[in-house]
Amino acid sequence: MKRLFPILGVLTAILLCYGLYQALVVAPTEQTMGDVQRIFYYHVPSAWTAFILFFINFVASILYLVKRRSAQDMVALTTAEVGVVFLTVNLVTGPIWARPVWGIWWTWDWRLTSTLVMWLIYVSYLFLRRFSSGGQTPTLAAALAVLGALCVPFVYFSIWFFRTQHPQPVIGGGGSIDPRMWHALLINWLAFSCFAFMVCWSRYRLEKLQREVDEAHAMQSLLAPRGGVR
Amino acid sequence: MSKPSGIVRATLLKDLRLEWRSKDAINSMLFFSLLVVVVFSFSFDPSAEESRQIAGGLIWVAFLFAAVVALNQTWAREIRNQVLDAYRVSPAPANSLFIAKALGNFIFVLVLEALMTPLFIMFYRLRALGPAWQLLVVGALGTWALVVNGTFFAAMSLRTRSREIMLPLLLFPISIPAILAMVQATTAILSGEQARFWIVLLATYDLVFTTGCLLLFETVLNAE
Repeated sequence: MKRLFPILGVLTAILLCYGLYQALVVAPTEQTMGDVQRIFYYHVPSAWTAFILFFINFVASILYLVKRRSAQDMVALTTAEVGVVFLTVNLVTGPIWARPVWGIWWTWDWRLTSTLVMWLIYVSYLFLRRFSSGGQTPTLAAALAVLGALCVPFVYFSIWFFRTQHPQPVIGGGGSIDPRMWHALLINWLAFSCFAFMVCWSRYRLEKLQREVDEAHAMQSLLAPRGGVR
Repeated sequence: MSKPSGIVRATLLKDLRLEWRSKDAINSMLFFSLLVVVVFSFSFDPSAEESRQIAGGLIWVAFLFAAVVALNQTWAREIRNQVLDAYRVSPAPANSLFIAKALGNFIFVLVLEALMTPLFIMFYRLRALGPAWQLLVVGALGTWALVVNGTFFAAMSLRTRSREIMLPLLLFPISIPAILAMVQATTAILSGEQARFWIVLLATYDLVFTTGCLLLFETVLNAE
């Protein structure tokens, strides 16, 4: 397992470089937007990666509620943290693109709004994890993760209906996409997923070590006589 | 051993009696939402025709903030003298406690709404152009959506540091679809448009989250 990590690291680095090359050089320049459009190769894969991570978080939380293994809780924690980071990348690159293309930083379009609400839900999850202490954190967090995931379809559906009543600028506007663009997009998605997996893995190991250290500390203070000379 | 419905009734009556004697929750909610109404009146012209467009959002924001005040107090009195711990070791089903608490909060917030709505109508010169009876349906469904999640997350934030801050942080993001539906339904009714979609959405939301909370409450209550 430990030898696999650097191999995966090198592989991810190569993939990311290749993805960057594809996005900046190989993919053709978009006709109307120009080079600004190339941010799309980072914007979209980061969102897709975040959605996958949140889905893993949901599954791990349900499994934790049923089986109560600490590994499942750690998976839920790491995927939520890394997912929030990737969704933040998505939310930051969006306005950078929108400003030159739409002329505005932000619009309350349904896609933007629902992604923002989803981000809020998972940030509140991280808040709960931070503010609760002791052994009850995993259970409370898992319960919140399940309710949060239940909420996501409602968010998308309600905001979609809300915003289609009041039309807003929409992305792209149909039309066909050059196959090289698709290629660059998918390569970047693959690279981002590998990268996310790596970050999750190292975060998982860190969390595991942290818990072992905490347990050792607790054990030590139980065994050591109070005020004893050692 | 008494039946679950008996436990619900006993807990609910106890909470109502406590509230009737102290009037803590209802007074603070009333004053708080009054403050919200007055503060909001400075941010736009309340007598203008477009106030009808904003009123739906305004009313629900006031009720939401006021409900948080009551929700924060829900479990606080059960912490004193370890009542909650006693409840946990008793054979009474956890969901009975949850339903009783949620119903209690539901009644408190409904009373608040009944008292505050005339004031809103007066201050903002509201008149429904659509069928006004639908507002009752929206009010009941919307209040239940706030209260069922609120009671659940209040129990959750009880276990955290700085619990009073934690409740809105947990409650608001998850309630956004419900708040959107309530506000849109109210605005639609006030301005004479069709509100059916939003009412159906709100009812579905209520159903899904009531089920979710009932399934998860025992786990949260007994989390160690």
